[in-house]
Amino acid sequence: MGKRVGMEVSLAIGEAVKMADVDVIAAYPITPQTHIVEHIAEIVANGELDAEYIPVESEHSAMSACLGSSATGARTFTATAGQGLELMHEVLYVASAMRLPIVMAVANRALSSPLNVWGDQSDLMAVRDTGWIQIICENGQDALDHTLCSFRIAEDPRVLLPVMVHLDGFYLTHVVEPIEFPTEEEVNSFLPPFKYPLPLGTSNPVTMGAFAPPILYTEAKKAQEVNILASKKVILEHWDAFGKAFGRYYHAVEKYRTEGAKTLLLTLGSFGETAMTAVDEMRNEGKEVGLLKLRLWRPFPFKELREAVGTAETLIVLDRALSFGGCGGPAYSEVRSALYSEKNHTKIVGFVGGLGGRDITVAGFEEMVKRSSEIANTGAENEYEMFGVRE
Amino acid sequence: MKKSESELTWKDLEIGCIVTEPGSSREYRTGDWRSQKPTYDFNKCIKCGVCQIYCPEGCIKHNAEGCFQANLFWCKGCGICSKECPTRVITMVNEEA
Repeated sequence: MGKRVGMEVSLAIGEAVKMADVDVIAAYPITPQTHIVEHIAEIVANGELDAEYIPVESEHSAMSACLGSSATGARTFTATAGQGLELMHEVLYVASAMRLPIVMAVANRALSSPLNVWGDQSDLMAVRDTGWIQIICENGQDALDHTLCSFRIAEDPRVLLPVMVHLDGFYLTHVVEPIEFPTEEEVNSFLPPFKYPLPLGTSNPVTMGAFAPPILYTEAKKAQEVNILASKKVILEHWDAFGKAFGRYYHAVEKYRTEGAKTLLLTLGSFGETAMTAVDEMRNEGKEVGLLKLRLWRPFPFKELREAVGTAETLIVLDRALSFGGCGGPAYSEVRSALYSEKNHTKIVGFVGGLGGRDITVAGFEEMVKRSSEIANTGAENEYEMFGVRE
Repeated sequence: MKKSESELTWKDLEIGCIVTEPGSSREYRTGDWRSQKPTYDFNKCIKCGVCQIYCPEGCIKHNAEGCFQANLFWCKGCGICSKECPTRVITMVNEEA
């Protein structure tokens, strides 16, 4: 085992990129991702990592450069946030459809307008359907571990898909946390060198990203869908291997004090930490409350979620994003859909909160649990509300 | 024997729809996009090659007499050659239904 170090989470991701011996980084700085790419630029400039660092003129170019480098078989990393992720949008679909195992850290941030650089998961939800594997981190250790482990997942010949490692902007990117670092030898044995099966090259020329007429496009999309669905098993397999190697085990749906819980909270990302404290306090008061934390967003862990919810009476889903004119938050909508055919009709209540860096405290989660029973009894079609909004 | 496009299932596709055979776009009949085709009065042709330079499809070559002519397997019927020809050799006519 390596040592435990107090370090800003953004810098820890940079260290993970170094330990993963990444070949190419193409990135454009944007708040709150900036410290990640600054630190990687320093590492490369100092000669600590033998890699090509491409300082591009936009995020669209960053992702496009990543396509090219990954297609040649180079281990490729980038990072972005909010508006930058949106500017990459069309190229994200190309990366997944071309089956390029790029790893990208996303420092989740609100989307304009009004301009807001703070933590929010609107950017994450807007790229839901891009065909990337999407993993959501809760703390600094998660961010380091998943940056490392995601290369192994992405590059597995059964997967060959790009992976987004989501971490809440500022809440995680800018805090100093105690993080346990593996040694270089441990990482090297966990993460063997990457070999793309059909790389771009002159000795064995191939065409990537060619066009498909209507007679082929449906087959191409079916192949892509089968592939990402099948990736779940491989992701869980690698998380298990990671646990065996480093002692930290990760699951698609993390459970906290769910035994006998009648009410369950479900969070995505760093709010899980606050919610754990809230659950502890409510348990001390004798309330049967537990917590689920969704770690894997795509491919969506339907089976694991259903098992985790079990026979709970009420499930409270907290989204840090809003689907305007829809039924509240995207995670709420997904969870309702996942549980629709279950025999135990768990009442599902949605909250949209923590937008644009608004904090939710321990008392906030307790308030949500109180409000949930009132909302659940209204019988309204869309049982959600915006949490903490001033009326 | 290689399957045709309409026989390929999703399981037959390479990873990410990679095309492993170089130059396979030659097999794609872009000529069936055409609604007009070029017709030629080669008596007026001065063999300057302007039509070949302008052709966006790159489908114009010398024929046996050294005049320039489009290959209708790929010609999309855009009519640029007809517009650019300095001696009005090429007339675009509608394809028959």
